[in-house]
Amino acid sequence: MKIGVPAETRRGERLVAASPDSVAKLIKLGYEVVVQEGAGTAASFLDEQYLEAGATMVDAAEAWGADVVTCVNAPGAAQIKLLAKDATLISTMAPQSNEKLVASLAKKGVTALALDAVPRISRAQAIDVLSTMSNVAGYRAVIEAAESYGGMFTGQVTAAGKTKPATVFIIGAGVAGLAAIGAASSLGAQVRAFDVRPEVAEQIGSMGGEFVVAPEAQQEISADGYAKPLTEEQQAAAMDVYAREAANADVVITTALVRGSAPTTITAAMVESMKPGSVVVDLAASGGGNCELTVPGKTITTDNGVTIVGWTDLTSRMPRHTSTLLGTNIVHLMALLTPEKDGHLVLDLEDVVQRGMTVAHQGEIMWPPPPVSVSAAPASAAVAGPSEEELAEQARVAAEEEQRKTQRRNIMYGIGAVASLLLLSFADSATVQHLTVFALAVIVGFYVISNVKHSLHTPLMSQTNAISGIILVGALLQIGSADTLVSTLAFIAAAVASINIFGGFLVTYRMLGMFRKDA
Amino acid sequence: MTLTSLAQATYVVAAVLFVLSLAGLSKQETARRGNMLGMVGMGLALVATVILALDVSERSLWVTALLIAMVFAIGASIGIWRARTVEMTQMPELIAMLHSFVGAAAVLVGFNSHLTATHADAVHQIEVFLGIFIGAVTLTGSVVAFLKLSARMKSSPLTLPGRNWLNLGAIVVSLVLMGVYMATGSIVPVLIMTVIALALGFHLVAAIGGGDMPVVVSMLNSYSGWAAAAAGLMLSNDLLIVTGALVGSSGAILSYLMCKAMNRAFISVILGGFGTEASSSSSGAEQGEHREVQAADVAEMLTDAKSVVIVPGYGMAVAKAQYPVAEIVEHLRAQGVEVRFGVHPVAGRLPGHMNVLLAEAKVPYDIVLEMDEINDDFPETDVVLVIGANDVVNPSALEDPGSPLAGMPVLEVWKAKQCIVFKRSMATGYAGVQNPLFFRENSAMLFGDAKAKVEEILTEVRTKAGASA
Repeated sequence: MKIGVPAETRRGERLVAASPDSVAKLIKLGYEVVVQEGAGTAASFLDEQYLEAGATMVDAAEAWGADVVTCVNAPGAAQIKLLAKDATLISTMAPQSNEKLVASLAKKGVTALALDAVPRISRAQAIDVLSTMSNVAGYRAVIEAAESYGGMFTGQVTAAGKTKPATVFIIGAGVAGLAAIGAASSLGAQVRAFDVRPEVAEQIGSMGGEFVVAPEAQQEISADGYAKPLTEEQQAAAMDVYAREAANADVVITTALVRGSAPTTITAAMVESMKPGSVVVDLAASGGGNCELTVPGKTITTDNGVTIVGWTDLTSRMPRHTSTLLGTNIVHLMALLTPEKDGHLVLDLEDVVQRGMTVAHQGEIMWPPPPVSVSAAPASAAVAGPSEEELAEQARVAAEEEQRKTQRRNIMYGIGAVASLLLLSFADSATVQHLTVFALAVIVGFYVISNVKHSLHTPLMSQTNAISGIILVGALLQIGSADTLVSTLAFIAAAVASINIFGGFLVTYRMLGMFRKDA
Repeated sequence: MTLTSLAQATYVVAAVLFVLSLAGLSKQETARRGNMLGMVGMGLALVATVILALDVSERSLWVTALLIAMVFAIGASIGIWRARTVEMTQMPELIAMLHSFVGAAAVLVGFNSHLTATHADAVHQIEVFLGIFIGAVTLTGSVVAFLKLSARMKSSPLTLPGRNWLNLGAIVVSLVLMGVYMATGSIVPVLIMTVIALALGFHLVAAIGGGDMPVVVSMLNSYSGWAAAAAGLMLSNDLLIVTGALVGSSGAILSYLMCKAMNRAFISVILGGFGTEASSSSSGAEQGEHREVQAADVAEMLTDAKSVVIVPGYGMAVAKAQYPVAEIVEHLRAQGVEVRFGVHPVAGRLPGHMNVLLAEAKVPYDIVLEMDEINDDFPETDVVLVIGANDVVNPSALEDPGSPLAGMPVLEVWKAKQCIVFKRSMATGYAGVQNPLFFRENSAMLFGDAKAKVEEILTEVRTKAGASA
């Protein structure tokens, strides 16, 4: 089958749904790939690169007319007309707020798969473009903030005096928030982050941010990985946190997007309280904005000198990497849809991932899909651990057990000592002497070996093996016996023991020669 | 000054050299000197013994001298030949084989000691009896270990009904036979006991699963030492006693350290049968879906990573993948990627087996780290390659109290950003336990022969290095 990659139709869009790399991978899955001329130019992928990867360059009509069409933004009416009747369209569609589009696709009879409706389950992560987009957007938000902020993010002490590091406050620790935390802290800023889900504290810490703790504003562990709408009290408490943090911050990045809509987190009053020169980057601008003063698609400066960045095309501002990552998401999706790797797309509506993405199929509207209930939060976190009393009880039992063991061991040692004493008192003095030597040697061996490096265990073993060939001494002394039987046995014993000695020492030598230090 | 006292003095020097030799082997820097000291000690002891043997010879001097010369000729030719040609991956087999030689020698020396005994002394009889017993157990035990390690015998544990009672019975019968022997002085009970001990050695090791082989080999090492010590006691030879005790206690402590690393009681390893109950309880159910990657993607991840940890296991040894792995490491390090190895104490079939293999492939030993040294670094690691290891990276050892591996310290590879597992298929490891690591979000599987896959990655890494240079 043929996959078409048309140029994006949205104005100013710089992304493209396939990179030369992803084209090569699609071809490996058995597909033929056609790319519209100039589709990747804005993302710095040249037509020659696509050709080299094995694609055919075509015009818009042919790209849209392919069996499978993949693009970043949902097509307009003009493009839907170009689609073949039984084609499969893969793009972002925002089906929850785009009923008209879904209806017109269903009417056309195409199979429509929404890239932004991938269920949030581990297995589907590789095709989740929302994660991809959020990740890039989070990073870019920091870059935009750094550009608008009149200072360095990192603190410096120089001969010309010192500068304080910027304080960045990030609201929401989803994929975008975490990416922003990572980017800001690697620029040297002091990063504080807040999320209503307390379980993300560890993730925030791992990216280099500091988790703002406010128990009254934080809710229970979420079941599906998304944050739930807050209760009124929680809402009020959260607003207090935002106000407090925003007043102290140089940069505020808001990422709160609850299922497509943007709750207000930064009020006009909070912006009023911020320092002149500080910056607000609103990642939820496309949903209306988390900040009351955000103008979607524009960057404005308020009267008190606060810059509010409301770009809705942050991902588009890093077209090269966004397109590369999106392309890979699409390759993963196609791999899922092509179980035989033979270039034939097979849609399995029994599969929750595929069903979840399908918004239109064979003329019918398939949105919304049946709910999927899979937790993205670690299950263990939800399970209550043993209580303190239980732990104390366990510790007590363990201690008692330990004590009993020690007692038993002491008794055993005592019996052993008495038994050896009795035995020794029967033996003659020469034997006692030998046993003394024996006991001392055991102890010496114990201490000599106790701190041996693990990496040397094998050479050590072959060396001790060689040394235990010393039994040859006993055999050699018997070899000269007048008794032929004794002499023969001794000869055999001596022969095998000497193999041991030669073999053991040499192989140890060989092994040790291999160990070398990094020069 | 008689010849005997001169020999005794030499023995003291040799014993001291042996102690220094083992002490030297506990550190990389002094290991080679330790090896040399051992050789010198052995040389001194043997020269002294040969002179003494010629002195006490009851036949013509020349016959004895000729016999001794033949002994050394045989030992040197076979020993040197084996030591030179053995593949490092076959090290465990070689060592097990050599242990059986010590066991055989101890049995023969014991019989000789009985045959040449001039007076029926009770203590001497006990020593002879014990010496033969330990020697025989070591002999068959090592042979079985050798067979299992060289895959000539199935490595799964042999579980006879009431196997612990069989072992106990064998020991009790042997004790009774010892009483008979001491009372009669006849050789018959000794012969019967030898047969029982041989069977016991066979059964003991046959009952231990392949995964516990490192412990078994070092345990047999210990036995061979005790056998030598027992021989020393019966011959009243202090050098034998000292050396045997040294080897015996060192083997014992090695086994103990390894059991601790696996969080298993020493006794339960010795009694064997591990892995049988486990496979029936929790091996079945797959725990989700795994993700597959290709060699080219892995190569890319590696070249883009800042820090890489490689966790080798027995699978790497089997596939002999250590050479291409070492080459990849060299390339990556040349490009400024920090590469280290994380070795679990029981990886491989011999303690320290992985270290020897990596050393053979010329990986510098200071980037080969132990579990405790590297476990804290995994969260800062970009990519972990798990090559042919399974149970030692199983998160259920820490998370699932019902797992047969529960409580065993493992390499916490799943804490890294990305974890690539090289595997032939989704089959379980030696312990027969499913590994949830494979189904983690940050793990990906690379299926196929470890060596072939590693070589593919190497080619990719090389072309990348060529392109950027």
